[in-house]
Amino acid sequence: MDEKKLAIIATKGTLDWAYPPFILASTAAALGYETQVFFTFYGLQLVRKDTSGLKVSPIANPGMPMKMPFGPKWFRDINWNIPNILQCSIPGYESVATMLMKQTIANNGVATVEELRSLCQEADVKFIACQMTVELFGFEHSDFIDGLEYGGAATFFEFAGESDICLFI
Amino acid sequence: MNFDKELDACGLNCPLPILRSKKTLNEMSSGQVLKIVATDPGSVKDFAAFAKQTGNELLSSTEDGGKYTFFIKKK
Repeated sequence: MDEKKLAIIATKGTLDWAYPPFILASTAAALGYETQVFFTFYGLQLVRKDTSGLKVSPIANPGMPMKMPFGPKWFRDINWNIPNILQCSIPGYESVATMLMKQTIANNGVATVEELRSLCQEADVKFIACQMTVELFGFEHSDFIDGLEYGGAATFFEFAGESDICLFI
Repeated sequence: MNFDKELDACGLNCPLPILRSKKTLNEMSSGQVLKIVATDPGSVKDFAAFAKQTGNELLSSTEDGGKYTFFIKKK
């Protein structure tokens, strides 16, 4: 039987949206899929050496529970419904939300983005960065992790056209 | 049940138990048995799906007091 193929386009550059492409790509590789991820636009943030720019924004995101990752259970169970207008006006709100999210991730035994990313690379998941958006955003190749390839839409379709599953994230 | 290697995946969440198991199986030889202990309730369905898709045989899957134990025989 031929190896199955998974192609993913990763377009989001926030901490929460960093997870789906890396979780799916690493798991697919473990299941024996040949896997490629094409990083374009804000998705390029996911393959930078420095991932400190990956943040989570609760602003205008009504689906995001705002719970504290510490304290007694009754306290951790409280959902802090903070109005958008306040979120926008409190300086450093995103940084605090990001810190709390990272703590929640650690508390739940969920891998860090960097860990999942290197697990993908160890499992031979191929990462391709969109050369056009690298230039558009003024990045240098040295901003990105080793092992990336650079290409365009045609490069993506070469693999995606043969894939069994193709996801736009 | 006899096993050749044991993997402690307690406290780890999706997809780490599967990824660590795959990595450990890569270091083992065909016919050897890997025992995995996990605490992620999602791992029950995940290990069944992993076995089905990779051809490694899931010999047993049990739960005891919030701990899930799996025995997988390498293809």
